[in-house]
Amino acid sequence: MIIRRFSDWPTWDWRSPLDELERMRRELDRLTGDFTGRVFRLPSAGVFPLVNVTEDQNNFYVRAELPGVKTDALDISVTGETLTLSGERTLPEESEKASYHRREREAGSFSRVISLPARLDVDKVKAHAEDGVLTIVLPKAESAKPRQIAVKSS
Amino acid sequence: MTESETKSLQAKEKKEVATPAELTRPGLVFNPAVDIFETDRELTLLADLPGVKTKDLKIDLNDNVLTITAEETSLEQPGEKDVFREFQTGTYYRQFSLSDTIDQSKIEAVLKDGVLRLTLPKVEAATPRKIAVKVG
Repeated sequence: MIIRRFSDWPTWDWRSPLDELERMRRELDRLTGDFTGRVFRLPSAGVFPLVNVTEDQNNFYVRAELPGVKTDALDISVTGETLTLSGERTLPEESEKASYHRREREAGSFSRVISLPARLDVDKVKAHAEDGVLTIVLPKAESAKPRQIAVKSS
Repeated sequence: MTESETKSLQAKEKKEVATPAELTRPGLVFNPAVDIFETDRELTLLADLPGVKTKDLKIDLNDNVLTITAEETSLEQPGEKDVFREFQTGTYYRQFSLSDTIDQSKIEAVLKDGVLRLTLPKVEAATPRKIAVKVG
């Protein structure tokens, strides 16, 4: 299993020079993206399914394109800061007499671990599928939420 | 499909393509993965179109050229910020030329869970007939 780390997340870990190169490459990508009008993207982890992760103040949203995957064929588990998404994509059996011209869609099993940058409230995780796109809503743990601090003047 | 049960899926990035005619809306254009198979009676096309709603799917058959255009709606809400992004949303576009044996009046299309199933029945005359060979 591959755990995806956020290399741009502030950590005290020792970082290799390759990390630094990767960071520079990403910065360049973002710069050129500004000219071409495209959204910059991080290098993909290369693990199925590809996911987009977004956040707002209270939740993380993990989205994956899984056309034709039934929700009961999915297994989602959450511990602390990591989300494990596994399942299987099966393609319905077609008539035996069918002769194929093209066969590009693939079936098989998958398992992916996604490490999120904050602790999660594991009891309140929700998932739903819509038009072949799976959305997992992961609420941030209370301790990880930003807090407004009022400054008092004496 | 017994062999696929053990296979693990590989991540594939959506490939950007250039459309022959420029689209009016700006954005990325992708080629959806398709399966096409044929039986005696019909030709079936299955296409992966995740994130496409029925109203945003256009199927056009003109001069035996079948065009599928589907616009994907991003589910992201305005307040969400990117943490990381591995796939993009855009328009799916693909064209096929068909033989003239398709009965254009009986074409059926069903879009379910992001998979399009397009059934293209053959015209009666084109369905193969068994030819008995007599022993002379």
